[in-house]
Amino acid sequence: MAVATKATPAATDDKELLISGSEAVAEALVLADLDVVTAYPIRPYDTVMQAIAKKIANGELVAEYIVAEGEHSQFEIVKHASTVGARVFCGSSGVGWMYAMECLVVTPPLRVPMVALVGNRALDDPGAFGVEHNDALVVRDVGWLLCWIDTSQEALDTTLIAYRVAEDRRVFLPLAISADGAFLTHSQALTMVPPKEKVDRFLPRYDRGDLLLHPDNPITVAPQANEDWVIEIRRQNNEAMKRAYTVIEEAYADFRRVFGRGPENPWFEEYMTDDAEIILVGMGTISLPIKVAIREMRAKGKKVGLVRLRWFRPFPTDRLVAALSKARALGIIDRDYSFGSPFGSGVVANEIRAALYNAERRPPLLSFICGLGGREVTLEDVYKATDMCYGAAKSGKSDATTHWLGVRE
Amino acid sequence: MAAVICEVVYRGIFQKNLAARIVRGIVLSARKSGRWGIAFGRYGDSPQRNGIPAKDFAIVADTKEELEQNMARYEPKHVDVTIVVDDTLAKGVESWAWYGLQPINRLTVPNGTVLMTSVQRVDDLLRDIHKKDAPYKLSLIRAKASFSGLWVYKEDHTEVRILGALAKIAPSFLTLDGVCEAIREMEWGSDLKIESAKKAYARLETREVKITEGNAEVPYSFEMPKWWEMREGVTIPAIPVGKPKEDGKGYVPERNPYFKKYTTRSMRPVINFDTCVKCTLCWIQCPDSCFDVMPDGTYDANMEACCGCGVCEAVCPVEQCITMVNESVFEDNASQWEMWRKDKGAYQTWMTQKIGDKKATVRSHGFRFRGQYEEELKSDLDSGGVEITAGIPGENAQHKTA
Repeated sequence: MAVATKATPAATDDKELLISGSEAVAEALVLADLDVVTAYPIRPYDTVMQAIAKKIANGELVAEYIVAEGEHSQFEIVKHASTVGARVFCGSSGVGWMYAMECLVVTPPLRVPMVALVGNRALDDPGAFGVEHNDALVVRDVGWLLCWIDTSQEALDTTLIAYRVAEDRRVFLPLAISADGAFLTHSQALTMVPPKEKVDRFLPRYDRGDLLLHPDNPITVAPQANEDWVIEIRRQNNEAMKRAYTVIEEAYADFRRVFGRGPENPWFEEYMTDDAEIILVGMGTISLPIKVAIREMRAKGKKVGLVRLRWFRPFPTDRLVAALSKARALGIIDRDYSFGSPFGSGVVANEIRAALYNAERRPPLLSFICGLGGREVTLEDVYKATDMCYGAAKSGKSDATTHWLGVRE
Repeated sequence: MAAVICEVVYRGIFQKNLAARIVRGIVLSARKSGRWGIAFGRYGDSPQRNGIPAKDFAIVADTKEELEQNMARYEPKHVDVTIVVDDTLAKGVESWAWYGLQPINRLTVPNGTVLMTSVQRVDDLLRDIHKKDAPYKLSLIRAKASFSGLWVYKEDHTEVRILGALAKIAPSFLTLDGVCEAIREMEWGSDLKIESAKKAYARLETREVKITEGNAEVPYSFEMPKWWEMREGVTIPAIPVGKPKEDGKGYVPERNPYFKKYTTRSMRPVINFDTCVKCTLCWIQCPDSCFDVMPDGTYDANMEACCGCGVCEAVCPVEQCITMVNESVFEDNASQWEMWRKDKGAYQTWMTQKIGDKKATVRSHGFRFRGQYEEELKSDLDSGGVEITAGIPGENAQHKTA
């Protein structure tokens, strides 16, 4: 339940609420004047559909709220609503997201700028509720914009930015915001909610232009095509993804101008990296125990820093390489797995290895898998990883393996 | 020749199994001469549908390496033999998979062969077949278009007759003995079929075609758009709304300028405008919206859009108001209504002649009524004009005389 508080008066006309990441997304959807939302319950995403339902029931938001009979329909409905010009939202978690897969892969070529919240959840089996990033990551190759958040504030801000980016005519791609199940979806924190007037200055109306499905603009959407057409369509998709780099930069710059907050670097958060010998890399709420551990280690003279990736697609290759290549060693901590991949590493580690391939300076890179299925990432896990990274820094070599942390053995 | 490349141009679905048997037969026959081969077809959506031109291919070569040059392709860039199992395809092919109108001999190499089943005279066929900038041979097997490939294969021996003819055209790759041996070993083979192949070998009619001969029409074509010229989002604009035919009367819809259906037809409707009761049924039921509304309220089948399905003839409540007639008897795609308006007497004569030619009107898509195909085969035999042998492999085969 959202609670207004006077303890820390807002410096601006924002109001401060104690809300979860999911509730923060719902606040943003009200501010974005959402048109159509579809829902089908699965934990932990269901917290956001409940929050939106409450907003609509309370009269704070006028929108179509459609309960689908499954995730497949859930995503199909918003896809169609988006083609007729509606601003849409939906979301899911774990195997629910997988069930929608057919609809997820068709939205990028159709250039449907739907915004989805993936409440990250381990894939079945076993049936589990805790966070793993493999659910959202399955769309990483097909044209979805993909980002990770780590606080309620970032949930709210990123949702507003998401519409601005996805609905930009230069992009028109679906966008998934990934939020760690439990740690963010079910955890309430004090969050600044801006007034609608500010949001209106930041977020223009969704204009689908000549792609609008409307009697005044008769078009056929998604005809069948043979080999004479498909690669051109893929090429269009690739260009849209490339243009997203500029559009994301613009959106964050404008967000800072209008709201007076937000990061200079949209792509990733750098924590104590200026003089860092060891840089750890992760996505989502894993940043929180890592930051604590870094402070502890720095008190003991170890120069450790963190890069928390926000944007995974498009992947911030150049900036990330510039930030990482200055370290003596890197430790990539994946909250996902990619069985049988190079070195058995997680997805993020392998992406960063590939990104560094052309770099002039390639620090030794160690790959870690940690926190699967919602297992807490402990300070000891981080210390252990850091010590191993120091070993690699000393030897100057990466080890051709992947280290699992926090596993009973 | 180190390789022989063959295409089989057929009418989608009706001849699909026929084409597949021919290309398999080519490869298996050439194997008897120690050759390597592949048989393939391009699948898709429309090419598998009623009457749409489609192609299968067979390539046989001396070595596997030569074969690889032609593998992992949808279709070869050139062919030594173009096999055409429906002579209405002499007008060319266009479909979902090809853009613009392709002359039937487009892929045929200089001095290559177009092998066709037809009962037409060569001069009549050359009115339809486009001119080519190199000489080639036109070989004919005297038979009408086989419908033996529709769902369940009907044995009319067309596939073995093609193979027998190929033994004459490319003897170093397909010997007659090799063809006969391959037929004997095939699941659908029989001694009767071997005899049919030998007859086709003996009776094949071949004639050189000079570069001066053929249909002088320049086939329409269009450029494929670049990726940045295509509208994003897998969207294509609708065809614009049409206009009245003239003086605010009638209605002519706009049509897709890139996909004309001239060659998708094996038959076309001939309309008696004098008996039309303007009931609208043909106009409503046509799956391709091919009917234009004329100022007088009658309906003219626009040949740019008609794919020759025959639904209009089936739904028309007036006897002989709409009659489907074999496409090969028409020389152009002009408006029948305009001809009728200009000279009603002349039109009556023209129309009566077209619909009165039994040979041109019996052809069908095979499902006007059950057993029609068998009746057609029988009547052909009775008239003695066209030799078609029928036989079923297995126990019945040996009781038939070759």
